Amino acid sequence: MTVPPFPVPPSQDPIRPDPGTSIRISVDETEYPGRAGQTIAGVMLAAGLLSWRYSSGSGAPRGAFCGIGVCFDCLATVNGQRDVRTCQRRAVDGDVVVTQHDPLPRPPRAPAPESAAESASEPAHRSAPEPPHPSGPDSPLREGGSGA
Amino acid sequence: MDVIVIGAGIIGAAVARELTRSGIAVTVIERGAAASATSASGEGNVLVSDKEPGPELVLAQYSARLWPQVARELADELGGTIPADGLGGGHRAGSGAAFPSIEFDRKGGLVVATTDAGIEPLRDFAATQVAAGVDARPVTLDEARELEPDLTPSATAAVYYPEDAQVQPVIATEALLASARRSGASVLEGTEVTGGLRGADGRLSGVRTTAGDLHADAVVTAAGPWSAELTARLGAPVPVQPRRGVVLVTSRMRPRIFHKVYDADYVDAVGSGDAALQTSSVIESTAAGTVLIGSSRQRIGFDDRLRVAVLREIAAKAANVFPFLADTPAMRCYGGFRPFVPDHLPLIGADPRLPGLWHATGHEGAGIGLSVATAALLRDLMTGTEPAIDALPFSPARPSLAEHLQEVM
Amino acid sequence: MREILIIGAGPAGLAAARAARARGASVTLLDAADDVGGQYWRHLPASLSAGREDLLHHGWATFTALRSDLDDDPGCRIVRGAQVWAIERGETTGRPDAARPDAARPDAGNRDTGRPDAEPAEHDDRGGHVVHALAGPVDGTDRERITLTPDALVLATGAHDRTLPFPGWDLPGVFTPGAAQALAKGERVTVGERVAVAGAGPFLLPVAASLVQTGTTVVGVFEASRARTLAAGWLSRPWRLARAGKKGAELAGYAAGQLRHRIPYRTGTAVIRAHGTDAVTAVTVAKLDRDWRPIPGTERRIPVDAVCAGHGFTPRLELAVAAGCVLTGDSFVAVDDAQRTSEPGVYAAGEITGIGGVELAMAEGSIAGHHAAGGDTGTSPVRAARVARGVHRDIARRIEAAHGIRPGWSSWLDDDTVICRCEEVRHGPLRDTAAATASTSLRSLKLSTRAGLGICQGRMCGRTVDALLRQHAPHAHRNDNATFDHRPLAFPLRLAELADHPKDNDRKESA
Repeated sequence: MTVPPFPVPPSQDPIRPDPGTSIRISVDETEYPGRAGQTIAGVMLAAGLLSWRYSSGSGAPRGAFCGIGVCFDCLATVNGQRDVRTCQRRAVDGDVVVTQHDPLPRPPRAPAPESAAESASEPAHRSAPEPPHPSGPDSPLREGGSGA
Repeated sequence: MDVIVIGAGIIGAAVARELTRSGIAVTVIERGAAASATSASGEGNVLVSDKEPGPELVLAQYSARLWPQVARELADELGGTIPADGLGGGHRAGSGAAFPSIEFDRKGGLVVATTDAGIEPLRDFAATQVAAGVDARPVTLDEARELEPDLTPSATAAVYYPEDAQVQPVIATEALLASARRSGASVLEGTEVTGGLRGADGRLSGVRTTAGDLHADAVVTAAGPWSAELTARLGAPVPVQPRRGVVLVTSRMRPRIFHKVYDADYVDAVGSGDAALQTSSVIESTAAGTVLIGSSRQRIGFDDRLRVAVLREIAAKAANVFPFLADTPAMRCYGGFRPFVPDHLPLIGADPRLPGLWHATGHEGAGIGLSVATAALLRDLMTGTEPAIDALPFSPARPSLAEHLQEVM
Repeated sequence: MREILIIGAGPAGLAAARAARARGASVTLLDAADDVGGQYWRHLPASLSAGREDLLHHGWATFTALRSDLDDDPGCRIVRGAQVWAIERGETTGRPDAARPDAARPDAGNRDTGRPDAEPAEHDDRGGHVVHALAGPVDGTDRERITLTPDALVLATGAHDRTLPFPGWDLPGVFTPGAAQALAKGERVTVGERVAVAGAGPFLLPVAASLVQTGTTVVGVFEASRARTLAAGWLSRPWRLARAGKKGAELAGYAAGQLRHRIPYRTGTAVIRAHGTDAVTAVTVAKLDRDWRPIPGTERRIPVDAVCAGHGFTPRLELAVAAGCVLTGDSFVAVDDAQRTSEPGVYAAGEITGIGGVELAMAEGSIAGHHAAGGDTGTSPVRAARVARGVHRDIARRIEAAHGIRPGWSSWLDDDTVICRCEEVRHGPLRDTAAATASTSLRSLKLSTRAGLGICQGRMCGRTVDALLRQHAPHAHRNDNATFDHRPLAFPLRLAELADHPKDNDRKESA
């Protein structure tokens, strides 16, 4: 059974930590406790979250990796701002963290009507489904465009 | 016939492919590496929307007709076994020739005015294009927002161009070159042309290179912004100058931009010969989920230093067209040099001063789009076939270029 | 007064600041983190203080004294949380050209050094570089814009872990050693209860020690280099090592700690696979030959909660490259005896000139700060720093000889192993695309494979992709000078922060 990351129990910590100030942040609407001065990634890891993002191509889970702000694996949307490196941003009481998943767009349409049928029969792309295309096949503009 | 093509950007690659497929023995000479200079520095535009009626539009329309066919041929020939996104699954191990897709996508373009003063010029421009056979559709602002839901509320007019397309320029260049190689072309990279060889009759009969002398019946220059330097070495300099351009790339996001979207200033900036900095927004998403934000035009020689003021202006204009971009991180920028010609037309054809010398250069920011038509046109001219479009406006012998051409040295 | 800007407040930057102040220069010290100390002295924030934090660090007293000296010094301005995102080269460097419309334009709200725009260079070596930074919450918005045009620039940007890929290295629960250190030292969080520490280099030892101090069981330290290679690297001319007093004692201390905590230290061994679906649950370790190829039949599966894997360090070069500094053949910043780079007015110190540890970084920082401030060679503190630099460069060479990456590592990759984490470029497609295009251009290869084009900008995979492409096409020499270290935008920033008048756009949008 895997034991996720955890905070060092202060009573057992040889460095004799001060208690610090408690804070709470929310991650996807669930509240997590932390201490002022922790990073957002630190709060999430200490709460047992190992991953909070899916990769864009294969949808693999991702969390913290480098811990020092250079790998960008730990990105999340914080207080409405996307692409925040949570391993570097200090958590502030009341921070609203929303996990961030950016699936790839579907491959471009095939170059010409002849090959469009072939590409439609290709296996579905592995990434999470794309939101509906606002000028999809129903759009008169789009229909006119592909027929031109 | 033996032909030397100098330059392995997209123009040289496309020319090499067309000539080789016509049975000509082609050697491509490249000073650096293929697909690593101007062709690796742009957005991959295959546009008609930015061109006013005239020869360049005719060439662009010719290219727009050729690209789907070329894209199909390349996929058939090279086997695009990696999906267009180039990521994740889908890879067929052991297939050997796993060439990535060139990502040709006729996604359409939307030109947007954001001022009241911009409405009439945009509509008028589109009307002249319609008369020249361009599919340019003025759309209502509601329709524009149906096409681009995140478009600025301050848009005042928009025209939709279904024919505008995009291609991944580096993969396209590598694919054209790979196709040329398969048909028998040889490619010498890391080889620099140092001078020309002349026959007894004064014709250009080959080139001197850092790898020795090479003889040929004809030499084609496709050296983009470096064409002036190259042609000077060959003894017949052409007036091509570098014009700096810079593009910003955002981080990946869910798809929010679905077409190529330009502010209406773009057409002015492209057509201008002004040396000072000009920027106008060209905004589009890529198969990787990023958004490319171009672009600037600045004639500052081959100075490639980062200029933050240029980035600031590009960023401000993009956020003016798509306000949500203001909160989006730019993660990268890249720049390059476009080959600028004083009369704004590429040079395609025989040099009037030096028999044996041909040009395919000077496409400024449109070389990716115009490459396949340029190659087809040059192939017809070199093989004595009737070209599909009038080649005279692109002739290096055209009157508008005469004052810029020096005598053969 | 001579204005010195130091980027990076780790050991090298702090030492540079002290030396430049000693020479009477005015110093501005920028660091992206919200306190000084760098990764080496990564510590608890003020809100999480502890009575015996010194137990977590080597040279803690040195650090705290240095920090308080500089904090109390009115001639030294320390800007914490300042992310430098671009450096523009000025007119006195590079190619000649006319227009520089943007540099150091007087800009309301900027914290300028007060040097006006058009002032001609007054020092012989002034490079005219313009440094752009944003200060405020990490990856925030509306951060304070800082534009600086110093008389001299000292780059002390350090290094980050380099992790060689292995199947499963992208699973949650696999970390760099630096991540484990930062979490342990910076906020007292441990990465798991049973942890494997793997890779190469002496840095694995303090990481294991830190983990033990958080109550973690380290199931083993797996050092890829074989004992014989280690002995040859460390023990050739051992009398030289004796001169490196503190370093020797530090390493001896770790070794004693390993024994005390019964941490198995396995040389010639690597984690070659991490197992798990949503998180790592086990690793496979295997013995390696001298070139780091796994020896068949030696594989062993060990249950773990987490893995810390690092195979040395990658220097953080983007700002040096942006400043125009020439690199060495092995991709560090080239410096002369005075730590001067090829660019006028630009000095470099610490790991970006070669991986060498804290003592070397501080010696180089002292020399760089001294010379950047106009000091000459004969001054006695610099003489001492030069001696220290010589000793510790020697140790750095030993570390490289003992722990340097060997080419056989790539044989533990599968075709499906992710190489570029951001773009999920896998080993098979990377190799096959390179073969299909037959490209001799790194720039083209990046753009056709997408390796290194993601948001980390090749920081994680750049060196690896470069090495793999060279392995797969050994006969194709490179015909371009592209690198993975060229990042004109050193870090992402929001378009509103980049744009000229971000507030105007907001108003326009809401109008």
